[in-house]
Amino acid sequence: MSTATSTQHAPAHGHDTAHHHHEPGFWQKYVFSTDHKMIGIQYGLSALVFLLFGFLLMLCMRFQLANPGQPIPVLGKLLEAILGESAKGGILGPDLYNSFGAMHGTIMVFLGVVPLAFGAFGNYVTPLQIGAPDMAFPRLNMASYHVFFWGGVLMLGSFFVPGGSAKSGWTSYSPLATVAEFGKPFNGQTLWLLGMVLLISSSLLGAVNFITTIIQLRAKGMSWMRLPFFVWAQFVTGFLLLLAFPPLEAAGVLQLMDNLLHTSFFLPSGLVVSGQTLPVSGGGSPLLWQHLFWFLGHPEVYVLILPAMGIVAEIIANNTRKPLWGYKSMVYSVMSIGFLSFIVWAHHMYLTGMGTKVSTFFQTTTMMISIPSVIILTALFISLWGGSIRFNTPMLFAVSFLPMFGIGGLTGLPLGFNASDIFLHDSYYVIGHFHYVVAPGTIFGLFAGIYYWFPKMTGRKMNEVLGQIHFWLSLVGMNLIFAPMFIQGLRGMSRRMSDGGSAYFGADDIAIHLNKDITYSALLLAAAQLPFIINLFISIKGGRKVDSDNPWGATTLDWSTPTPPPHGNFTTEPVVYRGPYEYSAPGAVGDFIAQDRKP
Amino acid sequence: MEIPYTIKPRPDTGLYNAKVGIWLFLASEIMLFGALFSSYILLRVQAPAGDWPDVRLGWPHGLLNIPIGTFNTAVLITSSITVVMAWASLKMNKLAAFRRYMVITLVCAFGFLGVKSYEYNEKFTHYELRLKSGETYTGHLSVNGVHPGFWSFKDIWNLDRLTTEKVAEVEFIADPKKEAHGEKHAEGAHEHVTLKPKVADIAHLDAFIPRNHPFFAIYFTITALHGLHVFGGAMVLGYFAFPGSRMFKTNPEQFTNRIEVAGLFWHFVDLVWIFLFPVVYLL
Repeated sequence: MSTATSTQHAPAHGHDTAHHHHEPGFWQKYVFSTDHKMIGIQYGLSALVFLLFGFLLMLCMRFQLANPGQPIPVLGKLLEAILGESAKGGILGPDLYNSFGAMHGTIMVFLGVVPLAFGAFGNYVTPLQIGAPDMAFPRLNMASYHVFFWGGVLMLGSFFVPGGSAKSGWTSYSPLATVAEFGKPFNGQTLWLLGMVLLISSSLLGAVNFITTIIQLRAKGMSWMRLPFFVWAQFVTGFLLLLAFPPLEAAGVLQLMDNLLHTSFFLPSGLVVSGQTLPVSGGGSPLLWQHLFWFLGHPEVYVLILPAMGIVAEIIANNTRKPLWGYKSMVYSVMSIGFLSFIVWAHHMYLTGMGTKVSTFFQTTTMMISIPSVIILTALFISLWGGSIRFNTPMLFAVSFLPMFGIGGLTGLPLGFNASDIFLHDSYYVIGHFHYVVAPGTIFGLFAGIYYWFPKMTGRKMNEVLGQIHFWLSLVGMNLIFAPMFIQGLRGMSRRMSDGGSAYFGADDIAIHLNKDITYSALLLAAAQLPFIINLFISIKGGRKVDSDNPWGATTLDWSTPTPPPHGNFTTEPVVYRGPYEYSAPGAVGDFIAQDRKP
Repeated sequence: MEIPYTIKPRPDTGLYNAKVGIWLFLASEIMLFGALFSSYILLRVQAPAGDWPDVRLGWPHGLLNIPIGTFNTAVLITSSITVVMAWASLKMNKLAAFRRYMVITLVCAFGFLGVKSYEYNEKFTHYELRLKSGETYTGHLSVNGVHPGFWSFKDIWNLDRLTTEKVAEVEFIADPKKEAHGEKHAEGAHEHVTLKPKVADIAHLDAFIPRNHPFFAIYFTITALHGLHVFGGAMVLGYFAFPGSRMFKTNPEQFTNRIEVAGLFWHFVDLVWIFLFPVVYLL
């Protein structure tokens, strides 16, 4: 933009220029901010609160699984006070268990991990790493946060409507989702759908903004192959959100029609509920919902994992003081993952009777997509080789991401083959598998990112001792929770039983016993998060001050800004002369060369 | 630092930011409508053989008014041309011509919506009647001597409502039966038959509304979503045509870009209809 036009326009849309003249007020600065860094922090804090909330839901469920029909200590009283009749005596009954289960999944995925990985890190770090002053559309960015926030409020509000929140699983399979509260238009499922429409719209706006920013606002000299891997991961994630979410939005609208106007998009003919034929026309298809849902659902898995891979790649390169091994093959792999993730969705549907030929196709594509994932993981492993590794907190989380995601990924293979999936489908094995990917996988990557970029946001490092306690206890807790689930699943325990399988198994079976062990481990994991929460808050004011703008000795542009970066980010226009990971270059002064250092 | 390329294109991509943004947004819109079209195909493919209303869940043919649909297609295509002309007028620095073309575009947009509401209204006052004897009819209903109009969904009658309101008998002006080839009947009021079925003999009665049949469900969903896009687009174009055009004085280049971006969206809305019309009306 030429200076002439920008001065001309200051009165009309002057949020940029206004900042130079006077300090913005509280609302302008913290709530209706258009600065990508503030929006990133808003996303981050909201997402952490939602993650904690989803985790508490899970703790209640875990207690119920280990002690069916007994009142929950401490939280039970609270639940009864808030939810009334449905949590009578502080007991989590089957209905409430289903409701918590559905909301745990929804909150963790759509309100926790995606906003943290894409909304928070993407917003804060991407413009800094490509050398941009802000996102391409700052006001759109603000809108997408606010739409997300109100979507979240709607979701949480659904606990308080008559009948409780959505309780048909995070997948909301029809016809269950429609007939569960048939004839009551204002129910939890309706709010779930409306909330999803808002969350999807927010992600779409975000994705448009991210992709445009990366295409258009790269600094001078920042060619595609000089982009840090983190930016590549965000770029592909943006495309997944952009193209995979709209079909779910369509599906959501169709299910809303089914619930409110009694159409039959997903309701087959002659559906009998509680001995009565449902008063609808029929002629719809439950499979249609599953196709539309999983068309989003599978790319969504990569939306969860790719940003974490990006964060981990940055931190590993930085803390091994070595270039990433195979940067280009990682970039091509992440692109292949992006493409392939659109043609694997029906591996979630082997048991629906959609036909063996279709299953074979999706089995083949599913095996294919594991190849680029393994390439990225292998490249990261080899990057460790021969490095002088600094084991600080971000690095510990980043390194442990590799085996944890490895376990999650490899245990997915038996689910991708339709022969073995028939046995394992809908068992605890599945829960173990995808939690290994998302919990000690993605969430460890995100923790690593928080510890790593905290100094850039605040000018202070987080406490190292508390960080190490947080890491080691979380690592042990996570594994003690999810590894036994593989055993339970292989013994045939279904994932949907609210009594932990005691009505189905013999009472002292191994699987039943494991329920108790897993619940204790979940309490350990909860305790392990306390040092993190304390650390996060006390370090803002009390952490050790960093001695430079680049405390980790990193090469990428995000560390060439003042700390914390001002509005507009860079004091002078950055120019990029080299690739993103020039660590320990032979003959160089110091052990790294920043991307914007003149040759 | 200011955000670059808000007006001037970036040299290596040849695009300014908003143009990249709108193309990405349109890509997501394609996926949205693509999912709905796919749903249409799936519902239609799995419908039982035979035409509705003879077969309860068979797929209806020839239910929509093709001449009206053709007219609406022409209207939208015209508006697509005029929106380009509006943009071209700005490029040639002719604000008055721009405004003239925008007004034609807006007239087309609201004309389209008006015709569509007429079509909707026609469906909402049209009824399907199935007698217990197995005979099926479509036509217009008259309860207690009054033809129900359509102002809200409360005006719509069905069997449940007739029973609860204790109506004993209704009048039903049945449409002429289709010929064997599925050809449309020649006009002729004398072929309308007036029936007076007792409510006790009726097996099913409902208007042509979404809940009545998957065809109506998907037809109303897609066309309503498209209609919302037309309405939203018209609001934006209307803003640019009048209050928003002040910007042309201060920053003509950015204003012209805005018209280009809005125009791209408008073309997309037009394009969706160009797919919708043959799929829903003709096939």
